[in-house]
Amino acid sequence: MTTILRAENITRTLPGEVAVTLVQDISLSIERGEFICIMGPSGSGKSSLLYLLGLLDVPTSGRVWLDGEDTSVYHEDELANRRLEKLGFVFQFHFLLAEFSVLDNVTLPIRRLNRLTETATRLRGMELLDRFGVADQGTKHPHQLSGGQRQRVAIARALANDPLVILADEPTGNLDSVAGATVRQILRDLAHAMGKTVVAVTHDSAFAAAADRRIGIVDGRLDADWRPT
Amino acid sequence: MLIQIQVALTHLTGRRRQTLVSLTGVVLGVAFFLAVSSMMRGSEKDFIKRLVDNSPHITVSDDYRRPRTQPAELRWADGAVRVSNVKPQTETRGIRGYRERLAFVESLPALRVAPLLIGSAVLTFAGREQGVTLSGIVPKVMKTISTLPEKMIKGSIDALEGDPNGIIIGTGLAEKFNLTLGRNLSVVAASGGSRAMKVVGIFRTGNALYDENQTFTLLKRSQVLFDRSNRVNRLLIQLDAPYAARDVARQIEAVIGYKAVSWVEASEDILSLLIVRNIIMYSVVSAILIVASFGIYNTLSTIVLEKTRDIAILKSIGFHARDIRLIFLFEGVIIGVIGSVFGLALGAAIMRMLSIVQLKPPGVSEKVFLPIWWGPEQFALATAFAMASCILAAYLPARRAGSVHPVEILRGAA
Repeated sequence: MTTILRAENITRTLPGEVAVTLVQDISLSIERGEFICIMGPSGSGKSSLLYLLGLLDVPTSGRVWLDGEDTSVYHEDELANRRLEKLGFVFQFHFLLAEFSVLDNVTLPIRRLNRLTETATRLRGMELLDRFGVADQGTKHPHQLSGGQRQRVAIARALANDPLVILADEPTGNLDSVAGATVRQILRDLAHAMGKTVVAVTHDSAFAAAADRRIGIVDGRLDADWRPT
Repeated sequence: MLIQIQVALTHLTGRRRQTLVSLTGVVLGVAFFLAVSSMMRGSEKDFIKRLVDNSPHITVSDDYRRPRTQPAELRWADGAVRVSNVKPQTETRGIRGYRERLAFVESLPALRVAPLLIGSAVLTFAGREQGVTLSGIVPKVMKTISTLPEKMIKGSIDALEGDPNGIIIGTGLAEKFNLTLGRNLSVVAASGGSRAMKVVGIFRTGNALYDENQTFTLLKRSQVLFDRSNRVNRLLIQLDAPYAARDVARQIEAVIGYKAVSWVEASEDILSLLIVRNIIMYSVVSAILIVASFGIYNTLSTIVLEKTRDIAILKSIGFHARDIRLIFLFEGVIIGVIGSVFGLALGAAIMRMLSIVQLKPPGVSEKVFLPIWWGPEQFALATAFAMASCILAAYLPARRAGSVHPVEILRGAA
């Protein structure tokens, strides 16, 4: 097993008159192909930890290692390049661009990376949509899709540049149980069948049960004993 | 297509009405900039053309720009020499050895030159007197440098050749003294000489003062009248390239020593007035585009606020701050390019319309058209100014968009 993502004593505080600590001194290692759930009560710092692991935010102290690289030495643009190539995000609200077609939404990261031709980009986009059963929705706009379909499109977009890690923030939080189960199954397959590392923040106990490992967080600290009530 | 441009286009088409309003501002701004400046520059060129056509390009007179150096100063150039109470020698006024100097000027390329002897005289007719300027000319060469032949309404310049005592007068004088062709009048020069002369031509320039006070006769006749045989006191020069007048004048003055004044030098006051006028005009027409740029700023600021979440998403995907800034700058550029294209077309249409408008100022018989200058510089300037104000208007919203922090937005939305 290779460690793909590693946090080393990361702390994130928001400066201000009263400094708020979002994440405090967390260390953890995540292996390739692992499906991990981060759980905890509201406001415990789950999402903040996910943003730190996803290089969207920078820890006040400590380091995040991605694919063997210490990312603490990188500037904003270099972090953005890592996000583009090695990470994929799925949010609670699908966060697709409303004015773009489904296919354009999926191909957005590919076109930003700009390594494929126009035709190859479209092919890859269609292939991704097809994999998640929404190939026939390519020309539609996000508002014409159901919640479950949108989330599958969002997952397709996260996979566009074939990343190492998928980071999901409450991916089933806004879905009914059937759609939620589909998304859960997809994420699980990504980890187990395709060797992607999946890190998800969730409240959903059924979702958590499908994960290989669960990490509890309370008040910004790791809490091994935390269980959903 | 660049992904940044595609996002920019999507933003603009998403807010169609507001984009259209911003675009209209630029179109009108460019059109008016073009129409007004082409008219102003047209009238400027028209004015200069009249100035250039109606006056000699270079006038050489029998004056020196600086007092002549005294022999003592030449002899002891390094010494402390002071010569006081210098009084110029009394001599016959005029350009000395004008034939050699005229020959030199004639030898220069691309110009025509005419010698004149100009002096004051008093005309008397039927007991009335009028002080006039009497210019002695050589009709054949005068025709090559002056618009006088076109201004003749009765008789002709050539008639002077046929009658050595002929005189050409203006309409103002003709009306005042009730003179017609063939009438005789008496001319008394300031130096005392006098002679009876016959009116052989009447001209009309439209300048009342000139038409009343200017008269022409043969150069030979005026030399006798003013008692200055073999002298002239003016060389009038027309150039093929009027705008080279300043350099040619300097060159001529350096060789022949007498003061050579170009039309540029003589009309410095008017030319600087035209520059001031252009500055005023450009500031006014630019103001329209500046106002238009506020419209663009407003539209793009709204889009930035509205699309904050999209910007956060793009950044989370891996777009750089620079990509986001580029998106909004492109939006400014797109409005600028489309606005310029339509603005130039509309401006050209307005210019076309203005150019066929016929004016009839009171008392003028000929048709007058608005002078429109179709110079490509105007089109380029209007476009450049429109683009600059569009990009400037887009810059602030673009910078704000680039600095959106994705986590703050995502945290708020979750």
